[in-house]
Amino acid sequence: MSRVTIAAQAVDTHTLRRELQQPGCGGFCVFEGWVRETNEGREVSGLDYEAYNELAVSEGERIIDEAVQRFGIADARCVHRVGRLAVGDTAVWIGVVSPHRDEAFRACRYIIDQVKLRLPIWKKEHYLVGESSWVACSHGPADEHAHEHVHPL
Amino acid sequence: MTSITIEYYAQLREQAGKSRETITTDAASLDALYGELRQRHSFRLDTAQLKVAVNAEFRDWQQAFGEGDVIVFIPPVAGG
Repeated sequence: MSRVTIAAQAVDTHTLRRELQQPGCGGFCVFEGWVRETNEGREVSGLDYEAYNELAVSEGERIIDEAVQRFGIADARCVHRVGRLAVGDTAVWIGVVSPHRDEAFRACRYIIDQVKLRLPIWKKEHYLVGESSWVACSHGPADEHAHEHVHPL
Repeated sequence: MTSITIEYYAQLREQAGKSRETITTDAASLDALYGELRQRHSFRLDTAQLKVAVNAEFRDWQQAFGEGDVIVFIPPVAGG
């Protein structure tokens, strides 16, 4: 079963949590990314996510493999929404389970940082005032810094 | 001539006015192919701002491609 899902519908967090539960794990760490009402000073009314699904899933699986190797976590899931989202909706959900909490926290942070950098997913923001625009978060020189930020562990 | 399919996402989809197209080309590398398409569709991004994937695997711009390949140019991403 795939650990990474690109979803057109709202994330069912109860099912995800149940899938991850296992007796050897005492730590469960979740990150949820929500649509915020402002971005860089502009009021956001909603946004559209689109993804290159096949590559987003394979690259997401690679990121989770890296997290398993690097931190020794037991398992993880990542769901990223596509389509029209409103303020307050969950755009991304990441759950990590491990025997102890420290590696769960660190792996969860690693996965969300790498997802933002590497998954072929695009976001078009709609504003209360003015024209909608594509948001560019990475590929640029800032990538190097982001990598530095997550690697020293 | 090589026949390939290109899928467009985000601003490239909007600028091309379509999600995919199948074309024949003489371009010898992905770099040269993007140059050809950039001219045709007036894409504003250059290769320094993009990544490229062939059959859902990231590739280098210098690499060639083959008959029937599916090629995707990847604008700056913004997941999360």
